[in-house]
Amino acid sequence: METFYQAMRRQGVTRRSFLKFCSLTATSMGLGSAFVPRIAQALETKPRTPVIWLHGLECTCCTESFIRSAHPLAKDAILSLISLDYDDTIMAAAGHQAEAILDEIMEKHKGEYIVAIEGNPPLNEDGMFCFPGGEPFVEKLKRVSADAKALIAWGSCASWGCVQAAKPNPTRATPVHQVILDKPIIKVPGCPPIPEVMAAVITYMVTFDRIPELDRQGRPKMFYGQRIHDKCYRRPHFDAGQFVETWDDEGARKGYCLYKVGCKGPTTYNACSTVRWNGGVSWPVQSGHGCIGCSEDGFWDKGSFYDRVTSIPQFGIEANADQIGMTVAGGVGAAIAAHAAVSAIKSTVLKKQDLKPLDDTQNKNKENV
Amino acid sequence: MKSYDFDGKAPQGVSRKVTSVYVYEAPVRLWHWVTVLCIIILSLTGYFIGKPLPSVPGEATFQYVMGYIRFAHFAAGYVLAVGLVGRLYWAIVGNHHAREIILVPVWDKAWWKEFFFEIRWYLFIERYPKKYIGHNPVGQIAMASFIWATLFMCASGFALYGEGTGEGSWAHTAFNWVIVAFGNSLDVHSWHRLGMWAILLFVMIHVYAAIREDIMSKQSMVSTMISGFRMFKD
Repeated sequence: METFYQAMRRQGVTRRSFLKFCSLTATSMGLGSAFVPRIAQALETKPRTPVIWLHGLECTCCTESFIRSAHPLAKDAILSLISLDYDDTIMAAAGHQAEAILDEIMEKHKGEYIVAIEGNPPLNEDGMFCFPGGEPFVEKLKRVSADAKALIAWGSCASWGCVQAAKPNPTRATPVHQVILDKPIIKVPGCPPIPEVMAAVITYMVTFDRIPELDRQGRPKMFYGQRIHDKCYRRPHFDAGQFVETWDDEGARKGYCLYKVGCKGPTTYNACSTVRWNGGVSWPVQSGHGCIGCSEDGFWDKGSFYDRVTSIPQFGIEANADQIGMTVAGGVGAAIAAHAAVSAIKSTVLKKQDLKPLDDTQNKNKENV
Repeated sequence: MKSYDFDGKAPQGVSRKVTSVYVYEAPVRLWHWVTVLCIIILSLTGYFIGKPLPSVPGEATFQYVMGYIRFAHFAAGYVLAVGLVGRLYWAIVGNHHAREIILVPVWDKAWWKEFFFEIRWYLFIERYPKKYIGHNPVGQIAMASFIWATLFMCASGFALYGEGTGEGSWAHTAFNWVIVAFGNSLDVHSWHRLGMWAILLFVMIHVYAAIREDIMSKQSMVSTMISGFRMFKD
């Protein structure tokens, strides 16, 4: 089987470009220059890893994002680097032809291939809400994953559930890690994930033949180890206490921090503030809008995108911590006032009642003395 | 709990003798007032971290308003947490009253009887209060809830703090499981803020109950937490 390097040369990539690609990959994965020759050697000697890309309940924004990767260049490098043998959205074959390819890969590369999942399986009605290629997606997912080496959960759909799993989740859309329990799963959340991140994760896996180091929630540490807020270029304005108060105010024009208009940067783990989007051109905060936290679990159900202290869905009503707190505090305050009033009245009454017998007793005592 | 020489039935005030008992040892008193100070600082700064003050003008280089507010919050948080650890330690080595708000004897039938007596007293059904050297059962429950709430605030607080200090910091290593348990940092923020309100409610009730008892049950409450001695004024 041909190696990555051979495949790339066949596609007209020069050796110089190949080495550049290796350096860029090392950089984007946060590795030192010592790793460049290791990446090059791995790509020169290892056979290409077959990747099967499945589409469940999703909007294809992950694929749209992925094919726009600039470093590494997805168009040439990645599509030849990984042998993306099956992707029913962008492959040339269709129908029975496409499904035949899937069967062939699964048989030929048993236990060797990587399954990348975009979207998630709906479980209600026996999975009938997503029915690609004549079988429920949940069945297809289980069948294809059974002999996979590892799984990549692309995007927030596969990682957490995303919009189709938002309350009340009528189709019971379920993230991949709750359906496939016996395989290593790398979560690459985001709606969509950053293309360079997707490309780098897959490059890392085929280059080093192992999955990248994951955090406690199963995301690659190298891209999801920090919050948007930690590396945001507007962070100095946050520390200074300079905020956009309303859209289009003086602060907004000066590029102040978007915290008060609901930026979810402080609670969102992603690489947008460092890698940025569209080849590093811009990203949401740079364009003047707060982060909406699209790579976080259940971000659709966490209240408004434009509030900092957001509503708490657990209470079943639209209320945030401050509203709940102040309401209860007001209630308890009133109760205390009422209780104090009753206490005062009662003690006055008691005193009147008690004083008489008390005086009698004292008088008796005096008499005894 | 031992009620002090009084069964809640007879009228009071036959004689006017004052007895005093040493209840709260110095570390307990110190912890109490340090915690009071911390709660004031933490609530104020915490409120303004969630809903910041109006923007300050000028160059960001010369301003550090949010930075100072957050520093005060983190510093007070550390003090509160260290204080709580110290208090839990003192529950082990201290006197009987240092333990009663940590280990509530909910398995004791007699304790429940007194608990309901106290509920009736607070509902004005019982005519005369019982006297306690330490806390009455209702007070014990309230104090134990406060301890648990503070533990939650410390755990969630350090989990959020660890998000900033990052992977490898002690706070991240020790407390990141809280974020994982909630599944989402935003939820931890919301519940941490709700925790603040819960503790403020506790403070309202706590201060009211202490002052009320001080006046109505003829025993010292407020000064006990300063001097350590409880006076029984009858």
